Amino acid sequence: MTSALTGKRRDDERRRDHEFGVGLPPLLWVPAGLAFALIALPVVGLAIRADWPRVPELLLSGSALDALRLSLVTAAISTTLCIVFGGPLAVVLARGRLAGLSVLRSVVLLPLVLPPVVGGLALLFLLGRTGLLGRGLDLWFGVTIPFSTTAVVLAQTFVALPFLVVSTEGALRTAGQRYEAVAATLGASPGLAFRRVTVPLVLPGLASGAVLAFARCLGEFGATIAFAGSLQGTTRTLPLLVYLERESDVDAAVALSLLLVVVAVAVIAVARPRGVEGSR
Amino acid sequence: MRIRATTVGAVGIALLLAGCGNAAPTTPAAGPTSAAPEARELVVLAAASLTETFETLETEFETENPGVDVKYNFAGSSDLAQQIVNGAPADVFASASDATMKTVTDANLTAAAPTIFATNTLQIATAPGNPQGIATFADLTKPDLKVVVCAPQVPCGASAEKIEKATGVTLTPVSEEPEVKSTLGKVTSGDADAGLVFVTDVTSAGADVQGVTFPEASQAVTNYPIAVLRDAPQAELAAAFQELVTGEAGQKALEVVGFGAP
Amino acid sequence: MRPGVAARVVVRRPEFTLDVELDVAEGEVLAVLGPNGAGKSTLLDVLSGLLRPAEGHVRVGDETLTGDGRHVPPHRRGVGLLAQQALLFPHLTALGNVAFGPRAQGVPRGEAERRARELLAAVDASELEQRRPGRMSGGQQQRVALARALAPGPALLLLDEPLAALDVDAAPALRSLLRRVIRERKQTALLVTHSALDALVLADRVLVLTGGRVVEQGPTREVLARPRSPFTARIAGLDLVPGIACPDGLRTADGLLVSGRAAGVDDGEPAVAVFPPSAVAVYAQRPSGSPRNVLPVRLAAIEPRGDTVRLRAAAVDGGPAWVDGLAADVTPAAVADLGVEPGVELWFAVKATEVAIHAAG
Repeated sequence: MTSALTGKRRDDERRRDHEFGVGLPPLLWVPAGLAFALIALPVVGLAIRADWPRVPELLLSGSALDALRLSLVTAAISTTLCIVFGGPLAVVLARGRLAGLSVLRSVVLLPLVLPPVVGGLALLFLLGRTGLLGRGLDLWFGVTIPFSTTAVVLAQTFVALPFLVVSTEGALRTAGQRYEAVAATLGASPGLAFRRVTVPLVLPGLASGAVLAFARCLGEFGATIAFAGSLQGTTRTLPLLVYLERESDVDAAVALSLLLVVVAVAVIAVARPRGVEGSR
Repeated sequence: MRIRATTVGAVGIALLLAGCGNAAPTTPAAGPTSAAPEARELVVLAAASLTETFETLETEFETENPGVDVKYNFAGSSDLAQQIVNGAPADVFASASDATMKTVTDANLTAAAPTIFATNTLQIATAPGNPQGIATFADLTKPDLKVVVCAPQVPCGASAEKIEKATGVTLTPVSEEPEVKSTLGKVTSGDADAGLVFVTDVTSAGADVQGVTFPEASQAVTNYPIAVLRDAPQAELAAAFQELVTGEAGQKALEVVGFGAP
Repeated sequence: MRPGVAARVVVRRPEFTLDVELDVAEGEVLAVLGPNGAGKSTLLDVLSGLLRPAEGHVRVGDETLTGDGRHVPPHRRGVGLLAQQALLFPHLTALGNVAFGPRAQGVPRGEAERRARELLAAVDASELEQRRPGRMSGGQQQRVALARALAPGPALLLLDEPLAALDVDAAPALRSLLRRVIRERKQTALLVTHSALDALVLADRVLVLTGGRVVEQGPTREVLARPRSPFTARIAGLDLVPGIACPDGLRTADGLLVSGRAAGVDDGEPAVAVFPPSAVAVYAQRPSGSPRNVLPVRLAAIEPRGDTVRLRAAAVDGGPAWVDGLAADVTPAAVADLGVEPGVELWFAVKATEVAIHAAG
């Protein structure tokens, strides 16, 4: 009947059948086209504006490579932190039985709503040298966080967490708790049921949330510059470098922007198929 | 349809290149206003460091020229230069560096050669009371001192680099900020012990920072050029404004906040 | 004899209070019949440990799972569940699903998979071993789900209407599979169902639950052959009229005499008159002469059932309530002749020789 081999063919057939089905209202294409244009055209504008002969030299400069390496490394670490901490948070929000959970959920969404610079400032007031916690860290442990790569990671994690939490929580809610109940009747303790049932079930939602989070980390600017500062190799990620270069070398800024676009598209292209298919 | 597309394109590219950190520069009120003969608008694009001074001058200018409304757009000089090059309508451009003005003159968008109307030099900004006891430029290399400077790509950073080369003292800052205001901000928040900013920035920060003058600062002077734009809708008014800035009243206002003579 | 399951469950709900006492001998299958909302799911939730009762206890074997201040969590009870929805773990193969229980108990992978293969063979699902649930039919999924539920060797297996979601073709095969596997393994089981056929095929004893209380219980055949409550009769496909036993049969609350053969009931005792729908003749006009057991009814529904048609009655205005739900089986030709449609008034005449009257209990 349905086998792995014929499955794909049936998808194609279904798609062809769709053409004879109800179809889309033609008017829908207009706003859809405009929306797509709004996203695609500025990027096309960038590509046109680029000084292509100079692009290789611009992208292979020390500062560019440092920024690229820093961006990728910090984004990867931040995304991991989002998964490690945001995942459990999502589970608690979806399954927890606590009064005021809905308030907690709104708080979790704050980084989405706050201008990133405000987020950076807030982090500074918490962890800066004169900050609430930073004061203690400096005094007792001699640890300063601002101006370090740690600060970059924290800033990125702050802004990217909501993406991961919302996506995962949504997946959990859809899955419901029935499978865990069945696992319990089969003898699985809550911990085991979580590891072997909840986590595999929620993986697709988690994965697409992680992709979004990673992309957000890559593009993060405001909180980073306000909290971590900007120093080549330590805290100057690609977006910060772009912002800086536009002052003196617009071509460099454009080239680096295109690099960011390419990296982001590559990440999404690689990770998304699994995320999309897994959820169905 | 075409006009809208160009504006969208210009705004889009300008916004993209401006990054999301800065307050997005608003395009000045579009082109020729079909106004009554008396009410006229003068659009001035000026570097952010000129905010205080130019706002003082606005009242004076509007008194001298009744019916005129001066509209300012204060932003980073390079952003403004980009906007002009991409067709933003304006009358006057006052920038904080020769380089950014050059962008505009290279595109043949000024009516005449620009005039230098002020200079700015660097000063060390520390916490009030100067707790780390910084007295000289070399003191900035003290171990465990957290120093922030501007990145070399911006005027204040370029000056800092020049002084480093001239004195042979190399700084190891914890951050090279893309804007002088954020450099100053790191000092006022207490996260940096010292920052290299302009004299005018220290003045504007008032009691929040203490300025430490150092002689080597004169080795790197930043010029502030002003120019009337070629396509200025109010060319006459623009010239008059430039006169005001370079004239006695303007120079006095600039001196008060710490600018040097041109 | 070792006790299998003994339970007393009291749960207070807004609509009713569930108050049930039951026991299941080891190796026995007890069916719990009842209309929707009677409390069957609540009962299962208490037995499986998902719900704590207000009062009562649950003992399985020698262990008290609930009661005396104790409440053993669901994963340590040894109570398995097979529900309407198979709920196989979508990310595991059939083998992985069946091996899940043993592995959760700490059985090493190799041994767990061996046991799983054995069970899959017992449920005739060996060929499904490497398949994912997404590629199985409903019937196949239920078979694997059965194997999975049996794999940990539960002391008590709960079956929550396991055949309800299957289509007509798949149900019989699974029904006989359930019967075979449960009997072979002498599995103690509690079956919740709507279907008299399921109860007859699978269960030794049956318990009827209405409004949170047990209204009848006993060996399956007996209860279904001689129902004492309207619901049981309905499930068993029989008609039932309640009243008081009298010399000629049974007198209903509103004074009607129902003639039939009484057995095991004394005059004056509460009794029920039970008869099959096939014993009912249907007339458009009141039948002439004065035959016994004639009732005016309003036709509520027409249910085609193969080569007979079941007519369902509702009470006429001002008539007695027990008429509601009475059924009469007629031929399709008779329906055509009568020219009936829901709402018309008809007359049911019940053959006295086929009416059995017994104690209401």
